[in-house]
Amino acid sequence: MDSFFTALDNFFLIGLPYLALTVFLVGSIWRYRSTKFKYSSLSSQFLEGKQLFWGSVPFHMGMLVVFLGHLSALLIPRGVLLWNSHPLRLIALEVTGFIFGLAILIGLGNLIYRRLTNPRIKVVTNNMDWIILSLLTLQVITGLWVAYNFRWGSSWFASVLTPYVYSIFKLQPDISAVSALPWVIKLHIVGAYTVVVLIPFSRLVHFLVVPINYIWRPYQQVMWNWDRKSVRSTSTAWSIKRPKNN
Amino acid sequence: MDIRSQISMVFHLDKCIGCHTCSIACKNIWTDRKGAEYMWWNNVETKPGTGYPTKWEDQSIYKGGWEKSNGTISLRGAGKKKGLLNIFHNPNLPVIDDYYEPFTYKYLDLIESPAMDDQPTARPVSLITGKPIDIKMGPNWDDDLSGTPDYARKDPNLANLSPAEQEAMFQLERMAFYYLPRICNHCLNPACVASCPSGAIYKRGEDGVVLINQKVCRAWRMCVTACPYKKSYYNWHTGKSEKCILCYPRLESGHAPACMHSCVGRIRYLGVMLYDADQIEKMASADEKDLVDAQLSMILDPFDPEVIKAAKANGIADSTIKAAQYSPTYKFVKKWGLALPLHPEFRTLPMLFYVPPMLPVMATLGQKRKGQTEKMDPMAKSWNDDWLYDTTTEDLFGTIDEARFPLQYMANLFSAGDTEKVKKVMKKQMAVRVHRRDVTVGDLSKDKVSSILKGAGIDAEMANDIYNLTSLAKFDERFVIPAAHREQAIELMDFTGDTKGSTGFGFKETPGRGI
Repeated sequence: MDSFFTALDNFFLIGLPYLALTVFLVGSIWRYRSTKFKYSSLSSQFLEGKQLFWGSVPFHMGMLVVFLGHLSALLIPRGVLLWNSHPLRLIALEVTGFIFGLAILIGLGNLIYRRLTNPRIKVVTNNMDWIILSLLTLQVITGLWVAYNFRWGSSWFASVLTPYVYSIFKLQPDISAVSALPWVIKLHIVGAYTVVVLIPFSRLVHFLVVPINYIWRPYQQVMWNWDRKSVRSTSTAWSIKRPKNN
Repeated sequence: MDIRSQISMVFHLDKCIGCHTCSIACKNIWTDRKGAEYMWWNNVETKPGTGYPTKWEDQSIYKGGWEKSNGTISLRGAGKKKGLLNIFHNPNLPVIDDYYEPFTYKYLDLIESPAMDDQPTARPVSLITGKPIDIKMGPNWDDDLSGTPDYARKDPNLANLSPAEQEAMFQLERMAFYYLPRICNHCLNPACVASCPSGAIYKRGEDGVVLINQKVCRAWRMCVTACPYKKSYYNWHTGKSEKCILCYPRLESGHAPACMHSCVGRIRYLGVMLYDADQIEKMASADEKDLVDAQLSMILDPFDPEVIKAAKANGIADSTIKAAQYSPTYKFVKKWGLALPLHPEFRTLPMLFYVPPMLPVMATLGQKRKGQTEKMDPMAKSWNDDWLYDTTTEDLFGTIDEARFPLQYMANLFSAGDTEKVKKVMKKQMAVRVHRRDVTVGDLSKDKVSSILKGAGIDAEMANDIYNLTSLAKFDERFVIPAAHREQAIELMDFTGDTKGSTGFGFKETPGRGI
């Protein structure tokens, strides 16, 4: 029996992350290069705008904060532990995370309700939308559960999970600490890998193309078939690729 | 000086009969698809009226276009800050109900219905949900409904008219309307381009056509908000925005765009204008009263040797310069000063110009003249007997001021509220008519004719030219399309040089030494 659970742990905590990362990397590149016309956030605000506000905004804002929280625990574990060394700051961090987690849950609830009840939104809902919505709901419920029952997550994440994730990336997977965790936390981890797998195959791709370059781009964009001046220059006469402007 | 060429359009509103043929031509070619059913890249509105989408001109609702504060302009409802902060939910995005819910009818029910006591009916069904709906709106829902409280009286352009002026427009016997066909303006300072977070929207350098790259659009939907003319549409099915492409595949092969080609009233003109791109920001930021003049000052004389030299240096083909010299739009807009941009106060520098309509303006009510009353039938007399239509050519310019459409209304549409500009155009149009009356009927004194022409600032020759291009012009004179020079571009975005050095037909492997 033990060997069965070891095998399960090996699959879900070692096999799955490598599978997820490979699928995510290859899939994202393939998706970006070959299905450009289908690459979209697929906003449905045009069909229904009022209910969406109470779904999309809490969901995205919560997601942003919670994602950045996980990311900072991964990238700067020492910083997080240092911050948490004072109990007041620890509680502030945990409460903030929990509130934004609740915001995600409320947002998801509203989004699911909207998709179930609005006849126009039903038309633009596909199976993948339901898979993503249920998966994210599972993630946020297990996440809140873990945050409430297994305190203080921000600290033990930095000391238990961060080394584990690093070991994955170092190609020396070490699951000795993680495999001892309660099953809810493991479920949350497995859910996260599943989300990563699904990113290239769902509307979640829009998070890979967040338009940050809009911030420094000039407002107006003019595109030319080719550079009008340099195409006339003798210095480019025999080059195979002539200067283009787009 | 950075000279570029721009395909520009002129719509002559006096000639528009409101037949919607343009809309149908466009619909059949481009937007007869799922998700695009509600889009009318070309639509025709009755003015005064609320238009499509409802009250699109009211930027206090839709927050489109640019606004000026402290000497610089910024997007009213989008832009880097507002756009990115509102990316999860755009508070200024119109929804489908602001346009209309697209519908069709269950025509098969008419044929397949079993025998019954009543005639079968074809019920309307939504093209989104497929469920039966009650049709509440359509793209030309207020067609010909000028004067009705629900539509004409809600026209945003009536805002600064006095209550008396507004009332006068809606009195049954003074009621008048005209049609306003609209397509994308292919602006020089496009708000849609500036608002697009992914950078999917761009202006083509060669001819100024504004396009949305369907492969880059990510449905951040800011362009729908930013375009003050509401000419960027969100396709709810594909999750991409779409807009008028000025039929660029037709333009590139020398054909007029479908809406223009099919125009029954021949109201549409298309041609090249050369402009100075360095001036765009400065002119778009001009004071509101100077906006029209500022925009016109950017458009350059294609016969000026300096302009030609600078244009050539900038890579503009000789054929394009020649097209600019023959351009009908240059004549209407610059040479004759007859055409004005629609809502210049949105500051996008639109390159679709309108000749304001004169007919409903000029057929005014004058004091009773005894000789005319006697000729009228009893029905006409039974209206208010003190007033009747005055269509004589006496005191022509006086009637412009007392027009059925207050000049202020026209000015709100075409000159950011400056009545003098509209009046000037009206005077010219009237002078052309007087001149033609002199040529064909000859009942006016020569002094009167020349004084009217002089008052309008044109001469007999120009009046003749205006008459010719307005009334007689053939296809080739109305549409002067420059060659796309496909010999320089094998495929639209391919440079011939890429292909010239290659091995042969069919593939583009380049010959090289070794691998």
